Amino acid sequence: MTALVRHRLFWPAAVLLLLLAANVAFTPGFLSIEMKDGHLYGSLIDIFRFGAPLILVAIGMTLVIATGGIDLSVGSVVAISGALACLHISGLPDQNDVGGVLTAVGLALGLALVLGAWNGFLVAGIGIQPIIATLIIMVAGRGLAQLITDGQIVTVNSASYKLIGGGYWLTLPFSILIVLAVLALTAFLTRRLALGMLVESIGGNATASRLAGIRSRGLTVAVYAFCALCAGIAGLMISSNVSSADGNNAGLWIELDAILAVVIGGTSLMGGRFSLGGTVLGALVIQTLTTTIYSIGIPPETTLLFKALVVTVVCLVQSPAFREKVFQRRGRRRPAAPQATDDEKVEVPA
Amino acid sequence: MSSGILTSARLRLPGRLRSAYIPVLATAGLLAAMFVAGGVRYTGFASGQVVLNVFIDNAFLLVVAVGMTFVILTGGIDLSVGAVVALSTMVSASLMTDGGWPPLLVVPLVLLIGSALGLAMGCIIHYFDIQPFIVTLAGMFLARGLCYVIGTDSISITDPAYTAVAQARIALPGEMAVSVSVLIAVAVAGAAAYVLHYTRLGRNVYAIGGSEQSALLMGLPVARTKIAVYTISGFCSALGGVLFSLYTLSGYGLNALGMELDAIAAVVIGGTLLTGGSGYLAGTVLGVLVLGLIQTIISFEGTLSSWWTKIFIGLLLFAFILLQRLISARRA
Amino acid sequence: MAPPAPILQMSGICKEFPGVKALSGVDFRLLPGEVHALMGENGAGKSTLIKVLTGVYDIDGGRITLNGQDVVFAGPLQAQQAGISTVYQEVNLCANLSVAENIFIGREPRRLGRIQWKRMRRRAAELLAGLDLHIDVSAPLSSYSLAVQQMVAIARAVDISARVLILDEPTSSLDSGEVEQLFRVMRRLKAEGIAILFVSHFLDQIYEISDRMTILRNGSLVGEYLTSELGQVELVGKMIGRELADLEKLEDRPPARTSEPLVQTEALGRSGAIEPFTLTVHKGEVVGLAGLLGSGRTEIARLLFGADHASTGALRIDGEPVTLRTPRLAMNRGVAFCSENRRAEGLIPDLTVRENIVLALQAMRGWHRPIPRRTQDELVDKYVAALNIRPADPEQLVRNLSGGNQQKVLLARWLILEPRLLILDEPTRGIDVGAKAEIQRLVAELSDGGMAVLFVSAELEEVLRLSHKVAVLRDRKLVAELPNDDGLTTGVIMETIASGGRA
Repeated sequence: MTALVRHRLFWPAAVLLLLLAANVAFTPGFLSIEMKDGHLYGSLIDIFRFGAPLILVAIGMTLVIATGGIDLSVGSVVAISGALACLHISGLPDQNDVGGVLTAVGLALGLALVLGAWNGFLVAGIGIQPIIATLIIMVAGRGLAQLITDGQIVTVNSASYKLIGGGYWLTLPFSILIVLAVLALTAFLTRRLALGMLVESIGGNATASRLAGIRSRGLTVAVYAFCALCAGIAGLMISSNVSSADGNNAGLWIELDAILAVVIGGTSLMGGRFSLGGTVLGALVIQTLTTTIYSIGIPPETTLLFKALVVTVVCLVQSPAFREKVFQRRGRRRPAAPQATDDEKVEVPA
Repeated sequence: MSSGILTSARLRLPGRLRSAYIPVLATAGLLAAMFVAGGVRYTGFASGQVVLNVFIDNAFLLVVAVGMTFVILTGGIDLSVGAVVALSTMVSASLMTDGGWPPLLVVPLVLLIGSALGLAMGCIIHYFDIQPFIVTLAGMFLARGLCYVIGTDSISITDPAYTAVAQARIALPGEMAVSVSVLIAVAVAGAAAYVLHYTRLGRNVYAIGGSEQSALLMGLPVARTKIAVYTISGFCSALGGVLFSLYTLSGYGLNALGMELDAIAAVVIGGTLLTGGSGYLAGTVLGVLVLGLIQTIISFEGTLSSWWTKIFIGLLLFAFILLQRLISARRA
Repeated sequence: MAPPAPILQMSGICKEFPGVKALSGVDFRLLPGEVHALMGENGAGKSTLIKVLTGVYDIDGGRITLNGQDVVFAGPLQAQQAGISTVYQEVNLCANLSVAENIFIGREPRRLGRIQWKRMRRRAAELLAGLDLHIDVSAPLSSYSLAVQQMVAIARAVDISARVLILDEPTSSLDSGEVEQLFRVMRRLKAEGIAILFVSHFLDQIYEISDRMTILRNGSLVGEYLTSELGQVELVGKMIGRELADLEKLEDRPPARTSEPLVQTEALGRSGAIEPFTLTVHKGEVVGLAGLLGSGRTEIARLLFGADHASTGALRIDGEPVTLRTPRLAMNRGVAFCSENRRAEGLIPDLTVRENIVLALQAMRGWHRPIPRRTQDELVDKYVAALNIRPADPEQLVRNLSGGNQQKVLLARWLILEPRLLILDEPTRGIDVGAKAEIQRLVAELSDGGMAVLFVSAELEEVLRLSHKVAVLRDRKLVAELPNDDGLTTGVIMETIASGGRA
């Protein structure tokens, strides 16, 4: 039992189950999934479907945070990617032309990769703090997205493009399949290949990683590019779902939700060990929270209040300082532990 | 041998002056250049009233940025400011319009709410050692959420005294005028500059930003200072909210969306290091003016769309961050 | 002349950390108006003694009296208020503030709450002038050299009425002129009756400035001596733990190697770290680096591994000139480096034993060519068994292992690369006797197999037992290169260290 409670996915999983249980209590048919016109429908499917962009962005954010960084620009990249794709499609003579839509997707994702690489270059190449480096595109990127759409909401009417965010394939929403594919790819890259270990190593101890021969600069740039790519796909999904691109509001605050999902999932903001499963759980907690509030009849305006509550509780429970102050009341207070670094000499190059 | 040390110190003197003031001087130069360029390009631009209008339109941002300067000087960050501004407008509007409370009661209450929120966040940050980014993010959700609990629609303020203050213009020589908000904002900036430069609290803020570890070892009240800084930021955000409601005469939960970014940008463009410990309040004032002047120029240009503001701010951010990076690399 | 009564007296001090007795029954006294050097090799207990004194650690046994009164400090701040101030090598001031503020922050002169800058600057300037330092006190501390920063820290400490001043390795990063300046200040304070505890690894400095010294070894007191009465060779002997008379020739000396050179340096050096040195390491040769802590041992190792950049000279590997800009390039040339600083420069605490062991090999292969899990397990099992890593659980987080086992994990990381030159920086420090012998045997085997080893160790016997030749370092300079023949004893090495190769 203690082992279960100690497991690092225990708290996010518990919160998710609690939320689902609350839903079942208020909406008896909550868990049912039915087949209509060859498509699966149901509340659970909806949670996945609406949560898909967030899960995607959070997956990319997980890797960035694992390197000890953070990416604030993902919301802007979401907007830019959707805007560029919609702009290209709206200029096509035949908006259903698959080749044209694929070009649009390629352009959007290409630009996202460039923006991500730029972030990575600022962080790893120039050595700017990640939070500041990515602030630049967070601010300028919104302007860029509006520049692309000329401040308008660009609407498209393309069945092929609609598939990405609103379509079905093999009875499942296509967006869920995309998320599963990206998740599988990320899991493959990080856990089957050695990317995950090297990333955790950089985030865990950058100096030691360099002395072990890891090329952290290139890896860091790649991780930021990958994060932006995920945001780019999420941007396509969001704009495709509503068949329009809104440079101003698409992906607004998604970076905060994504960071939140990563933190709820048990990955430390200090970098190091990360958990993709935890991140997906975290994103689902956030999405389920929203759904729950709608379904049990609490005014939707209060979503943010609950979010604040969840962030505070999850972060406090995971904070070592909080645990020490609140849970370890019994027994003698330990004398101030020697700082880990104090014991050994630190060589200071003159 | 001591002479060697002495000469090296003397030789460094001009370099030190440069590196401490470069960002502020760069911002001042940029501001002057923008003003001159605007004056040459547009008729009616080069007047005192245009400058004063920048102040009038950005008084609330100035106050918020002043609070943010305190936080950033300690090496922290406060993402909740925009939401607290919105909450303050909402509380003011609903209490005055729906509740019929007098402004003299509402304004202190609003300031108290903002300060209390900041105090709570500061305590969590310090005592539970959770990153400011996450704590103030939760604060942001909380404040925005409270806005929507009060109401989802815009509430206009009709209190006669309040509207009178909002519309009052203080005449200055040369047929120029400013609003009451400007006076308040300038007074806040002046008081903040005094606190930062002439009081122990202010110097402790800089010391913590330089090295929290050293500050502790030197016996400075680190806990008190860190908590005070977030409380000040909360107070300034609430005051910024009051000025915002004077400016728009309404309260709305979607007010001041993203204002935290503008405030952070203004502080950075004003030359304060985001890592803490270095920067001047005067720089923040200049930073706010640069942001305001960009908007003015774009509105004078007419054909340039509003989103260019964001792109320009992004470019400026990049330029100033690069400048800071170069200076700190040269120091090291 | 009878010595004045000690201002500070520590008697029977004991301090234990889990598994280690850091101090056992150490006595120490400090007289007013003296400079007292605290001597000892790494791990002797110097920093623990200072931390116990200043309240960073609480004591397990013994008592401290200051001015005849028993004292217990809860932390450095309290110690400072009682008159004991510490100035560390890394200055604990705020470099972004002005010199004057760093002296007065927290106690600025005020009127009605308003800081009086002019008065503060004037007083700061007066205070520094008292230390013969005439600088612009309104300039930020960061604009001055480390030497000046240290003197500012001293000025602050003295002004808060220090009676005891602890200078913990203040000279490590100073050049000779700056050291002179610091010594002038120390003499002036001494004349004012302040007791100064001084820690330095530079023997010349100790003999220049100190009146008296206390030597620690392995957490125990060796003795207290007047500096003028203890010769340098005796001092080194006491620090390392062998009297000259005890030193015997070692029997199993490794057979000499006659093979082609693998690594050659020509006047390779890095300013501020190690003076240009010329050294050749042959294939299959074990080269020992002997010298006290801070003598430049680690600096040589870092240069050969590309962890630092050389500022002068040239490096050849296999006769080919190479520039090692990154560790990765050195690894490509077959160089491996096992750092002495396990926690900061070696281990990734959040990763498992297995991951830590395969990390360097994986880095060499790149992220896209993972080591198959079976190969990983075989490699890891092999080395966990060979090095006797405990617990023998490859999936244990490395942070949960003891120091010795962490060291072995690091060693395993580099051994699986099968390097041609293995640089071991203090590989046996903090390891139990059995494991130590294992590692020594391993080094001999590796060298028999053709691997060159650069072996850095503070234990001269170990160096002598393993090395084909010994390079001796002192004060950041390679002072001698001694072939390990019948004439070489630990005594000869100690004399070389003590004399600086001048003999």
